[in-house]
Amino acid sequence: MSTQTQYKDLEPDETYAFKPEDLEEGEMILNMGPQHPSTHGVLRIELKTDGEVVNDARPHIGYLHRNFEKHAENIDYQGVIPFTDRMDYVGSMANSLSYAVAVEKLMGIELNERVECIRVIVSELQRIASHLLAIGTYGLDIGAFTPFLHSFVEREKILDLFEWLCGARLLYNYNWVGGVSHDLPEGWTGRAKVFLDQFSPVIEELDELLSHNKIFTARTATVGIIPPELAVGYALTGPNLRGSGIKWDIRKEDPYCGYEKYDFDVPVGQGRYGPIGSCWDRYYVRVDEMRQSVRILRQALDQLPAEGDVHESVPKRVKPKPGEAYGRTEAPRGELGFYVISDGSLIPMRVKGRSPCFVAMSIFHEIAKGEMLADMIAIIGSLDIVLGEIDR
Amino acid sequence: MSLDAAAVQAKIEAKFPGKIPSAELEVVDPFLFVEVDAIVDVCTYLRDDPELAFDMLHCHSAVDYLPPKNPEEARLEVVLHLTSLKHRHWIVIKVKLPRANATMPTLENVWPTANWHEREAFDLFGIQFEGHSDFRHLLLPDDWPGFPLLKDWVWPEEWHGIAVKPTAKMAERAQQGEQIGIGPFD
Amino acid sequence: MALKRPALEATISNALSALVVGGAAGAVVVIALIPMIAGLIRDGLAARLTPTMTSVASIAIGVGATVFLITQLPIFLIWLERKIAAHIQDRLGPMRVGWHGVLQSFADGLKLLFKEDIIVDGADKFLFKLAPFLTIMGAFAAFAVLPWGEGLVISNLNIGLLYAIAITSLGAIGILMAGWASNNKYALYGGMRSAAQMVSYEIPTAIVILSVVVQVGSLNLSDVIAAQQGGVGGVTNWFIFRLYGLNVIGFILFFICGLAETNRNPFDIPEAESELVAGFHTEYSGMRFAFFFLAEYGAMFFVAALTAVLFLGGWSGPFFSGPLVLFVKTLALVFVQMWLRWTLPRLRVDQLMALCWKYLIPISFVVLIAAAIDGVVGS
Repeated sequence: MSTQTQYKDLEPDETYAFKPEDLEEGEMILNMGPQHPSTHGVLRIELKTDGEVVNDARPHIGYLHRNFEKHAENIDYQGVIPFTDRMDYVGSMANSLSYAVAVEKLMGIELNERVECIRVIVSELQRIASHLLAIGTYGLDIGAFTPFLHSFVEREKILDLFEWLCGARLLYNYNWVGGVSHDLPEGWTGRAKVFLDQFSPVIEELDELLSHNKIFTARTATVGIIPPELAVGYALTGPNLRGSGIKWDIRKEDPYCGYEKYDFDVPVGQGRYGPIGSCWDRYYVRVDEMRQSVRILRQALDQLPAEGDVHESVPKRVKPKPGEAYGRTEAPRGELGFYVISDGSLIPMRVKGRSPCFVAMSIFHEIAKGEMLADMIAIIGSLDIVLGEIDR
Repeated sequence: MSLDAAAVQAKIEAKFPGKIPSAELEVVDPFLFVEVDAIVDVCTYLRDDPELAFDMLHCHSAVDYLPPKNPEEARLEVVLHLTSLKHRHWIVIKVKLPRANATMPTLENVWPTANWHEREAFDLFGIQFEGHSDFRHLLLPDDWPGFPLLKDWVWPEEWHGIAVKPTAKMAERAQQGEQIGIGPFD
Repeated sequence: MALKRPALEATISNALSALVVGGAAGAVVVIALIPMIAGLIRDGLAARLTPTMTSVASIAIGVGATVFLITQLPIFLIWLERKIAAHIQDRLGPMRVGWHGVLQSFADGLKLLFKEDIIVDGADKFLFKLAPFLTIMGAFAAFAVLPWGEGLVISNLNIGLLYAIAITSLGAIGILMAGWASNNKYALYGGMRSAAQMVSYEIPTAIVILSVVVQVGSLNLSDVIAAQQGGVGGVTNWFIFRLYGLNVIGFILFFICGLAETNRNPFDIPEAESELVAGFHTEYSGMRFAFFFLAEYGAMFFVAALTAVLFLGGWSGPFFSGPLVLFVKTLALVFVQMWLRWTLPRLRVDQLMALCWKYLIPISFVVLIAAAIDGVVGS
């Protein structure tokens, strides 16, 4: 295939999916983004609006694209991990965990129980932190400012724990192929338990403050309905799929890191204030998931084996045999998978990141049709997208 | 009832004889190759057959194989990771495409999620998908030169006056076998 | 004595804070003493000038005092709102500029004053410049009929309530004009939403006002207050306690409509920052933006004051009467407005309209009819 090296100059109009000549009487093209306070990043959505009603929508992504997959083909296996951290930058622990699981699957590395337990602890803490951000900003999208700051206070405490653990607050580079970078510091588990005791009532408080507010339910419980068939067809995963009432959680279906040892429920959307699969259902699945994460964390902190070297299984040189593996984990936003192909060298031949947000965003035009302008924000927020992961 | 890869292969062979040229069943994730001309039919069958019921295309990747030692193996592959939520089994389907003018029919009508994945594969690998409803660039700018994930893609010097070519330091060092340090081991 | 720079800054900041806090305390004392001062001034003027000149001079002094109040008030209210928001949200808010950040609004105002005055290329320049003035005029001209005490009103209009309804509507024109003239789709959305919202909510507002007017028999605000004086402890004659409790409904309706009229949360859809960026003032910066901001807080204060006048007895209080009583009542209502803003999410535009047309207007008619029947039966 020829590799062209010339680019052509495009008129700005050529980047529009909707053409002015196709508009009906009274329709208008409205660009939401790339600079917009509620698109959760650098996302541009082209809306065909008729007054307040949105007739059609097309998302334009790629403003944060840095081609992580090309980076990965030029650096050794361990070196990919910092790049994965920067995909979903509010759920970094889960990203590196997923990549590590994929490479370990490829190399057939078995981990000791302490490492597995630590990974469960950090990924559940990360899930709580990520969901706190999701529901806080969702309140902000709907116009309630206060829950946002209250949830940030709690998120901050988790970030403090992570900082104590590995020195970083956002991009941790913590899960390595075959282990984790640092063992838990002395006293860390005790502090984590103190956090959990203090955090459990806060979930109920946030619940009372926002979840069942009349205005909030009126704004969210009847918009952005994703029927179960559509959700499966678009391969939604995580809270977005479960919000449509489908019980599917990688932690249960394809357990990794010993998740089968923990007792927890998989919350699904109940359709309490409207049809199943609404924005409110997706939001509330996240609230319920935080409760379940607390349950898992309590068990994990109690079961944590005292003995075990976290670097025991870390290979001196990561050099898998030729082959391929697809490793997947339940990240806060859904199934995060890495498809890693090795050609036997020190550098991966191909790393494909399967991003849950990318898939979630691809359904947007289906559910946005016929809703109102203000609902766009409610839908984007309920899908809980992170543009760093969509664009990779 | 969960099926393993061999059973899936047998079912497809029975329905579409000769459309599975080869398969790897003894690896970590077993995969089947499917002929490109039968891919839509096979995929529709995989989705609709009640015993298979692969209702979710959860990962769609393109891969560029360009081994320097044996150039006759050069090819593009489209890899589909399929899951059945009903039976809780999964399978990997691969399609081989020539590197020159790679074209395959779209799977958008089988699994709507293929829409964006195919646009991404076009962006990064230049694979054309026939019958796609909204075939535009997705991640890259509309006028980006070339398809960056092809192994023989060369960096442009500049793009609209922006210097885009990276300085080849870390990549070269890694290519020469040096381990790039990322932790207290180094 | 040579001070190092940080120490000098701290000294200046402390001195200014002391000045502001002291000034605020002084203002409270002055407000409390206004009737006496006004009486002294009036007597002094009457002794020296002709009657016509006396009334002209006293109006001028009243206008001057009110202008001073309403230009300084938003600055205080903005600080207050930020502190209230901060404490609701478990944080401190402005703390650096002066004592507990009291100088923050002055610093922000100064910054806005010095900012570049940007007029976007595609804007309709004349309307773009005119819009903030109209809005701020609508908000502040309404203060002309607000009675602060016995005889303490700039213009004792006999159609004061009508004037208040009419002049506050001017703000809607300003906002619509700003949205149109900016030549920005988001601003246009904000302007259109605002026009629809304000026009709709004027109806229940006017009907609730009418129900009070029916009970008083006058459109004059001073008469409204006079009708509420007396009673047990000077409280039971307030309109909120009359008409068999139906006026409580009227009071709540009027308060809700007041929120909508001033574009406050949960009705702040014209500037809904999460969907419309900043709504009608997206393209405004510097002092023109500040005008919208001041107008919002001015309108907020006026609506709260009008609520106090209509339902809570205005300046007549249980223990003593005067401007301070009205001020305290108004600030209490303003606090509730702020409290709601930082607690509730925002309605969608169709829900907002449904609330107005399907619920508020019918209920307000019920109150009006009840007031009318009560008036007929009572006489």
